[in-house]
Amino acid sequence: MNNVQKQKRANKSLPFFFKDEFKVSFIIIFISTILLITTFTFDIVPPILNRGIQPATFPKGLLILIIGLTLIIYYLSIKKPWKVEKKLPKTFFLTLLSFLIFVIVSKTLDFFLAISLLSVFVSYYWGERRILYLILVSVIFPIIVFIFFETILGLRFPPGIITNIYY
Amino acid sequence: MENLLLMMAPLFSSKLLLVLFFGTLFGLILGVLPGLGPTTGGALILPFTMTLDPLSAIVLLTSIYCAGTYGGAITAILINTPGTPAAAATCLDGYPLAQKGEAGRALGMATVSSTVGGIFSVIILVFFAPLLAKLAYEFGQPEYFALAIFGLTMLASIGDGSPIKNLIAGAFGILISTIGKDFMTSIDRFTYGINELSEGIGFIPVVVGLFAISEMLTQSTLLNQVFKRVALKAVKLPSLNDYKLTWKTILRSSGIGSFIGVLPAEGGTVASLIGYSEAKRFSKKPEDFGKGSIEGIAGAEAANNAATGGAMVPTLALGIPGSATTAVILTGLIIHGVRPGPDLFREQPEFLYGIFGAMLIANVLFFIFGFFGAKIFARITLVPNKILWPMIFAVSVCGTYSLSQSIIDVWIMLLFGVIGFFMRRYGFSVVPVIIGLILGELVEGTLRQSLVIFDGNWLMFLTRPIALTFFILSLIGLAFPLLRSKKRKKIL
Repeated sequence: MNNVQKQKRANKSLPFFFKDEFKVSFIIIFISTILLITTFTFDIVPPILNRGIQPATFPKGLLILIIGLTLIIYYLSIKKPWKVEKKLPKTFFLTLLSFLIFVIVSKTLDFFLAISLLSVFVSYYWGERRILYLILVSVIFPIIVFIFFETILGLRFPPGIITNIYY
Repeated sequence: MENLLLMMAPLFSSKLLLVLFFGTLFGLILGVLPGLGPTTGGALILPFTMTLDPLSAIVLLTSIYCAGTYGGAITAILINTPGTPAAAATCLDGYPLAQKGEAGRALGMATVSSTVGGIFSVIILVFFAPLLAKLAYEFGQPEYFALAIFGLTMLASIGDGSPIKNLIAGAFGILISTIGKDFMTSIDRFTYGINELSEGIGFIPVVVGLFAISEMLTQSTLLNQVFKRVALKAVKLPSLNDYKLTWKTILRSSGIGSFIGVLPAEGGTVASLIGYSEAKRFSKKPEDFGKGSIEGIAGAEAANNAATGGAMVPTLALGIPGSATTAVILTGLIIHGVRPGPDLFREQPEFLYGIFGAMLIANVLFFIFGFFGAKIFARITLVPNKILWPMIFAVSVCGTYSLSQSIIDVWIMLLFGVIGFFMRRYGFSVVPVIIGLILGELVEGTLRQSLVIFDGNWLMFLTRPIALTFFILSLIGLAFPLLRSKKRKKIL
């Protein structure tokens, strides 16, 4: 029995609401339904300005299509279950956390500080322990990128505690 | 004759030659690195192209496209991991042959067949694109709508996702294109009072997020993966015997790849699988396939590189991307104020033939780089992910920020990175999202304008022969994945 078959068999033994196919289908349908409800709040244009169809009609059609197709994949998955995916490792969640830190730091302190922090965080948790390499990815490389974008593309980065020193 | 001279223009421009040189080099590096590729690379480099004139910018993107597609073969042969999805079929025979101590021969065949496939497809492009553009003069809004629908139904058969999942992803892409002010009535849609969303969601944050950031998340789950690299002494040109064995395969796959490439939304991945399967079908030794067949390498590589020129045909002639990378090139064209379509052929032939010529030269350049430098490029795979990906993140963030100088774009990029990761994890290809996003405005715009013309009568679409033809082709396009999956089961 190969791994895929084993994984499929393992998936069959789970209650339906724990199965990936249910969770994925549920999330898609849930979000699509919320968006579909939102389309009813779009302004309606008077017939004289209306170009063919109302602005809400096209997104409505798409969302109904997405919900319909999702129901089909869920129905098909009952007959042919998806393989169970491996549990996500700690490094994945740490990388995700680093994105969150990036968003917070780039908004509150400094854009480049956020890049440096993310780089050193990711590099360290992905296994890099050599100080020189950590400095390379978190300090030297972001500086090169900054200078490149600033001088060649004439880009002005958002103000922040470090960027302000340069400007 | 005049067009031929226009094609030669890049050869006489030192600036364009320099752009081609760096584009090919960069493309090869991207192709070699698993997880990156010409699509991600093109998206990352797009902001930099703003410093270039339109021709140089598109030449840079197309050379990355050509070289990146070939570059995937180096990793496929030496470490059994396709550098790009289009090189997946190359692994099947490339790696077994390399394990037998014939890595140089395998790479030599991949290099030659890729170059022949690429050049063949440029010839197709030169002859076919103007013809298609002429045909497009007959197109009105209903025909463009039907064509865009055809392009979208072809999404069903791309990538590794199931056809229905691909269609969901395509519809999701179109839905993203509806965010912002409605371009016909200026009514806000899905903006939730956020001013920055009124302009809609940009293409670059979505592409970089779906490709680069989601790949970074994927790499974070694969840190324990160890690649075994096969030793390579030097790339060897195929022997006379190899040529005798493979010339028909190379030509056949070049034709197949060019044809598949021309189909909207299809690309190198589908082309290489079909090229490989046809090589096996016509081979005198089909039992050798999967064990290091030189014909298998030739069939897959000629087809995936032939798809590059083919995919440029609908992109330039109709403004419908032939693959994910050509969607990036199409964005590049639009950013630089060039509107693809029949008028482009009439008004700016020097621009178009310059691109054709540049693609031809790029194919020759990657042959030279590949032949003499494959050993060096193979070493790039030794750069550890823990160093490489933080650097790619820095470039992704700055590149995304640079286009509109908006921090919101960076957050959108991260959001799509997470969405892309989970999409791929659960078998949804991200490529349809990109193509849906780029075709979204065309689909909605032409639909609404057609309905104005038809006075709201949907059945009138069926009275237009060209539109009707595209609708029938769309139905065939939806049936295609079923036929392909049956065929794939037979091959693999």
